[in-house]
Amino acid sequence: MEIDPLIFRLSIFILSIFVGYYVVWSVTPSLHTPLMSVTNAISSVIIVGAIIAGLSGDPQSVFNTSSIFGFLAIALAAINIFGGFLVTQRMLAMYKKKKKEK
Amino acid sequence: MISANLSAIFYLVSGVLFILALRGLSSPETSRQGNLFGILGMIIAVTVTFLSIGTFSSGFIFVIIFIVVGGSIGAFIAYRIPMTAMPELVAGFHSLVGLAAVFVAISAFLNPVAFNLGSPGNIKLGSLIEMSIGAAVGAITFSGSVIAFLKLQGIMSGSPITFKGQHPLNAIILISIIILIYLLCSTQSSNLFWILLFVSFLIGFLLIIPIGGADMPVVISMLNSYSGWAAAGIGFTLENTALIITGALVGSSGAILSYIMCKGMNRSFFNVILGGFGATDDTSSKSSKEQRPVKSGNADDAAFLMKNASSVIIVPGYGMAVAQAQHALREMVDTLKKNDIKVSYAIHPVAGRMPGHMNVLLAEANVPYDEVFELEEINNDFANADVAFVIGANDVTNPVAKTDPQSPIYGMPVLDVEKCKSVLFVKRSLSPGYAGIDNDLFYKENTLMLFADAKKMTEDITKNL
Repeated sequence: MEIDPLIFRLSIFILSIFVGYYVVWSVTPSLHTPLMSVTNAISSVIIVGAIIAGLSGDPQSVFNTSSIFGFLAIALAAINIFGGFLVTQRMLAMYKKKKKEK
Repeated sequence: MISANLSAIFYLVSGVLFILALRGLSSPETSRQGNLFGILGMIIAVTVTFLSIGTFSSGFIFVIIFIVVGGSIGAFIAYRIPMTAMPELVAGFHSLVGLAAVFVAISAFLNPVAFNLGSPGNIKLGSLIEMSIGAAVGAITFSGSVIAFLKLQGIMSGSPITFKGQHPLNAIILISIIILIYLLCSTQSSNLFWILLFVSFLIGFLLIIPIGGADMPVVISMLNSYSGWAAAGIGFTLENTALIITGALVGSSGAILSYIMCKGMNRSFFNVILGGFGATDDTSSKSSKEQRPVKSGNADDAAFLMKNASSVIIVPGYGMAVAQAQHALREMVDTLKKNDIKVSYAIHPVAGRMPGHMNVLLAEANVPYDEVFELEEINNDFANADVAFVIGANDVTNPVAKTDPQSPIYGMPVLDVEKCKSVLFVKRSLSPGYAGIDNDLFYKENTLMLFADAKKMTEDITKNL
């Protein structure tokens, strides 16, 4: 009997939770705010679903109820992607080491 | 047009890049590179999606337009936002992830053919379950984050809103969500889908209103986690590895942060979720309202104490963010350092309104990160330090947490500020902190209260040094 592809996705999911667990514990507490803003940005990879949804209309009529929701989701996810990565970049640029004294 | 197998491999690559993005945050040196990995992963994911759809119809122009519009708004916000407003920004961003998940789920429900999930009214059972879970969690994330945003922004009062029968009501709604998902899957009725969304929005709202302002670090982390689970739910629906991996990463990241924040307050997760903490001051604080003597001083006294110290530890808190005093503080420290005084910063895990809030503010004020220490790293040093300078923090320094089992904050890890030879406490008044309890530190022999705005006081001290 063949294995349902869902099982493979579930395996990826469970293993990723463990990867996430160990990776996040190793994040230094002083970078917890950038961690939150960068997780915000990467969870907006949901934009791939939004793009499929936006392009679900037929070539004659780009806009139908379903694709309009897709386009709105694209805009929301794009705000997050650009906003999230750029604000993380801005924050990380501020973390500096002590200048060598004496 | 690229094959489904090839695009699946690229999605996997982008998932791995996201893992590396988080890995980079283990130290400030590698963090910037990590962020670049994240950006690269996102570019790969979006490009592959374009290529896998293949036919470049007129719809693509609109996709690009919406990306450009959203992207410019996001970029504009990212450059303009002051660092003190990071908690609001992150809460706002969470709400967008949640809403985007809801929109994608709606779109997939209305037009399952485009997503290869069956036909309207006859969606594959597995996909429908995943979709409705993703939509429900997304909706909860959205409305919950909106409330968190309003509370942080001060548009809505930060004090907990509680009413009779709140918990039973929430429990009923949560159970009804599960029943709705079950009914939706057996009937495929679109009406049930809309009801499910409505009820999920409602519960997100109800879950966050009883939680008070100082519990926001937990709330933000928790919503961060939810946004990840919502993304993962949609990832299962779309059979997209990048989304599944990312959802799992973000979900566990938020969960860990919530755990760290709860531990920092010595409270259980459920205790925070059930809310109402610090709503009204209970009898214990009223009975102890007798006047106790307090020593108060001015900037001159503070400057004198610090000038004669050889080591100073600074304890910043949310009040510093409110007063925007971080730059003035750095200037004061620069002057101290010129006088060969050793200065370090002590950060409590729940100082501020989100995890790591104080660290970002200090970094913004050009404080080198290797002068900033976490509670466990520095707590033993208070005994050897001459002066502790508490600016905008309160409950996290309260010795009562160690001495009085009756106190609501008993058992919470606190900074051992009272062990310093002298304590300078900048505060506007003697009013109790968020937990609604008196801080014993105010009345200690070696404490000097500096009643003023944090920024103004810091500037005055610098002048007197």
